Amino acid sequence: MADDAVASGPLPVVPYLKIPADGAPYLEARQCSGCGKIFLDERDTCSHCGKSGLMQPKKLSNTGSLYVYSIVHRSFPGVAVPYVSAIVDLDGGGTVKGNLINIDPDPEKIRMGMPVEVIYRNAPTKDADGNEYLTYYFQPAA
Amino acid sequence: MSDVFVLGIDMIKFGRYPEKNVRQLGAEAAQLALADANLTIHDMEALYSGNLMQAGAMVGQGILQEIGQTGIPVTNSANACATGATAFREGWTAIKAGLYDLVLVVGCEQLGKMGLLGGGGGRKGIPKEGLLGSQTMPAVFAEAGQEHARKYGTTFEQFAKVSVKNHQHSVENPKSMYRKETPLEMVMGAEMIAYPNTKLMCSVNVDGAAAAVLASEKKARELGMGRAVRVKASVLTSDPFTDRDLVMPDVNTCTRLAAKQAYETAGVGPEDIDLVELHDCFATAEILHYENLGLCGDGEAGKLIDEGITWHGGRTPVNVSGGLLSKGHPLGATGVANIYEVSTHLRGEAGARQVEGARVGLTHVIGLGSACGIHILEKV
Repeated sequence: MADDAVASGPLPVVPYLKIPADGAPYLEARQCSGCGKIFLDERDTCSHCGKSGLMQPKKLSNTGSLYVYSIVHRSFPGVAVPYVSAIVDLDGGGTVKGNLINIDPDPEKIRMGMPVEVIYRNAPTKDADGNEYLTYYFQPAA
Repeated sequence: MSDVFVLGIDMIKFGRYPEKNVRQLGAEAAQLALADANLTIHDMEALYSGNLMQAGAMVGQGILQEIGQTGIPVTNSANACATGATAFREGWTAIKAGLYDLVLVVGCEQLGKMGLLGGGGGRKGIPKEGLLGSQTMPAVFAEAGQEHARKYGTTFEQFAKVSVKNHQHSVENPKSMYRKETPLEMVMGAEMIAYPNTKLMCSVNVDGAAAAVLASEKKARELGMGRAVRVKASVLTSDPFTDRDLVMPDVNTCTRLAAKQAYETAGVGPEDIDLVELHDCFATAEILHYENLGLCGDGEAGKLIDEGITWHGGRTPVNVSGGLLSKGHPLGATGVANIYEVSTHLRGEAGARQVEGARVGLTHVIGLGSACGIHILEKV
């Protein structure tokens, strides 16, 4: 896409968020077919076993459990607070960081280990070229 | 290979020095350490300089331009919050290798009131901070602490007690940025930055510098061993692969690896350590490192702080300097300042905060990304 063009649909907020032309968005990692370790970034070499050329795409699950979190009350200027920063272990493998929404930002309400699901929404901000972005959030599982 | 000795070591009082530049801060600490060793820059065969935020600015050479351009080799190191320990270890390595008999190590940093540190994470597209969680340091270390809470039920109050302890310790340290007691209710009631870390549970951004003169055994014997401190182990690790490390930095595994190597090299165990200066960049972190350094078994860190074992006067005092939480955390200086603190106790020169009878001490720093530096020091 040219820099001066505005995309017809939202762009993925991170490269591991995939937006198929027809179908629902999903998260996709790389898995080493030698040792099974999972990486969110594009790579050819596994930093666990050291082998190259064995990476395969791995579609990640939209369900998982909350591993840990922090409730962020002070962030950089312009970032709305409070929000819940969450680390989620997805069912079937893969750990992803994101915002946990649709829950009170209160330690009494948030339980580590609770089931969560991944949902996809347009991000609240556009880039300088006016492009919209699709992002993902976690929310308590229905 | 020669043992390595600290012959001179000192630090400037951590604080804010907007009227000075970073090389002047480093130069001041260098002069203090040289004077402490009763030597001058003309006796030094190499300089190992640690600075993070101006890593491209040839800070080590700048220090020599302040105190003496003798033409010696200068190596500038940057390794996140392990920068100072890394520079110290570079000097140690050179003496171990037999290249030099006397080297100078300086760690310095000028942070001023630089607010939140940590990645904005938005190099491409839109900013990710607050959209995909938080990469700010308080949140990252909050999450690391929450992992401990998840496993062992560690409470907000237990994390907060670390800050109460370190602030109380700092009252007796004239080189600490702050010297005020902060009762538990004050710590827990302070502005919440990233739960469970309140503002008083976050280290203080300050300017600072610390320096050390290292010597080979031959040179130390020649110059006099009276106040020398033996470096029993100098270890540096990076983060080994663990499943969540690239998403949630794992500060535990690299510390455990470094601790194991340090204890083995020094031929001592955690039970032999009389005082510890560890990387309390956030109160949550100190709890993790009690276990990572083997000061207690896994799951016992909450009990350790509850029972006062890591308070001054306890079995293993931790951060009697006031730690990063109160003394301050000038990134590149921190790893040398920790060695200054332990060395001062081993020399019996720590005044009102002296840990009586201290013979062996341990210093620990973590740079996120990650690097862990551990030194074990022994009274001669």
